[in-house]
Amino acid sequence: MRKFREPGYFLLFIGMSLAGVSVFVLIPFADVVRRSFMTVMSGEFAGLDNYRTVIGNQAFRLAVGNTLHFVGVAIPLLVVISLAAALVLSRIRDIRVIKSLYLFPMALPTATVVIVWRMFFYKQDFDSLVVSYLWKNTGYTIVLWLAGIAGIPNELVEAARVDGANGLQCLLFVKLPCLKGSVYTIVILSFLNSMKIYREAYLVGGSYPGKDIYLLQHTFNNWYVNLEFDKMAAASVMVAGVLFVFILLFQHYSQR
Amino acid sequence: MRIKRFLRMATEAVTKFIFIAAGIVICAPVFLVVTGSVMGQGDLYECLAPVFQQGTGFVSWKLIPQYPTVENYIHLLFYSPEFFVLFWNSAKLVSLILLGQMLVGVPAAWAFATYRVRGKNVIFTIYVVLMLLPFQVTMLSSYLTLDSMSLLNTHWAVILPAVFGTFPIFVIYGGFRSLPIALIEAARIDGAGELRIFWLLGIGLGKGGILSALVLGFLEYWNMIEQPFAFLEDKTLWPLSLYLPEISWTQAGSAFAASVVMLVPSVFVFVMGQDYLEQGIVYSGLKG
Repeated sequence: MRKFREPGYFLLFIGMSLAGVSVFVLIPFADVVRRSFMTVMSGEFAGLDNYRTVIGNQAFRLAVGNTLHFVGVAIPLLVVISLAAALVLSRIRDIRVIKSLYLFPMALPTATVVIVWRMFFYKQDFDSLVVSYLWKNTGYTIVLWLAGIAGIPNELVEAARVDGANGLQCLLFVKLPCLKGSVYTIVILSFLNSMKIYREAYLVGGSYPGKDIYLLQHTFNNWYVNLEFDKMAAASVMVAGVLFVFILLFQHYSQR
Repeated sequence: MRIKRFLRMATEAVTKFIFIAAGIVICAPVFLVVTGSVMGQGDLYECLAPVFQQGTGFVSWKLIPQYPTVENYIHLLFYSPEFFVLFWNSAKLVSLILLGQMLVGVPAAWAFATYRVRGKNVIFTIYVVLMLLPFQVTMLSSYLTLDSMSLLNTHWAVILPAVFGTFPIFVIYGGFRSLPIALIEAARIDGAGELRIFWLLGIGLGKGGILSALVLGFLEYWNMIEQPFAFLEDKTLWPLSLYLPEISWTQAGSAFAASVVMLVPSVFVFVMGQDYLEQGIVYSGLKG
């Protein structure tokens, strides 16, 4: 399908957004890149010193480790649990009430349940963080999977049935391959939501929580409060760079 | 045959029951907050002290409070004027952010959905990356900009960066993508101008995506923590979401009552907009 080629109108419509994004994010981020090579006090060129300091920083290392640990455990758990639930739910009629119950945590501001979290998660350990992530995001991910499952052509499943495939074979060889396309979306959005777990960690544990739940966001926040902008700049550039490369690779491989 | 059908219905009923039971457990924190808000000071103390004082042990909770009371609400609504300021701050921040996001994001989503221009994919990818960057990574750059504009410690410091966030664009874009392109082409052949097409087809027929973005946006910004914490020093400017956790457990009664009041708008939006919420989640599943 050919679309209307008209750069002028494209710019007219996207102009405001592009201008705002440039002024508030892109240009200042370029400035942060520049600052990451400078000393914070005298503004002299410092080469890679800031990067070395950050990489050698104990708190930063701990935070990177914890964040990767969290992402590596919580996202696969979320994706698999919600896929299993969605596969079952897709075969049941009238699931509106069930979906409401599972989506409901999304409507609860963290601040209102934090007092409940403080009661049950007073140990501030890693598991409680994973549980609250699953608690909040399972409904969201189930809805995404259900949309993917609804997109599987019925004829495919029927044809496999006629050919004598049993339920498990249908699942493994017909349904799951059809859902590959949804995986990209779901992992990306699960990642986006996994970064918001900082709210729970911060509200339950404060700026210096238990050692297991000290996340990258804590480090940034503490540097910000202490005005250690040189470290912040170098760390921002590194995190943004890693994410950028990761997204490009992920996009590349998932669209093949 | 009949037995088979019966068995199938039975399994369905049992599965449903299991899912609903688990769902009720998931929603349990709300019951705790609501029952807590009608408990008296003494009752609450008895329940909470084991955890907050000794740091060990378990909370004992009465599902139905022995002596329900509205004293917490009365205290909150009649003797805490600062509560209204915070509530008003939250309402103001959320409505201005959503208004701005729509003014900026709806046309941007329309641009992505209807025009084919060189470099569009590059912009699209940049927007995806910006959406995924955690707030803390752009915190320094936002701080520097807001500082140079002397906007720090004003509500604009929270509103403006959020207005240019890229997440809502993808949700609205999802709604626009579901419009048949043939319809747009037909309108062009009939001689309708681009702005008119945007107005009639985009806003008129694509409003599902717009409403979805509003629902998701409301739930997100009503829950805002990081942004006001970083950019608002003056506590009288804070939204409720940031202030609530500051209340110490010895005043748990007020904290619970304030939580319930804060929950009401969210739950209202959730109940009224559940269809759009689900739609929005599906739309947020970006397909480039």
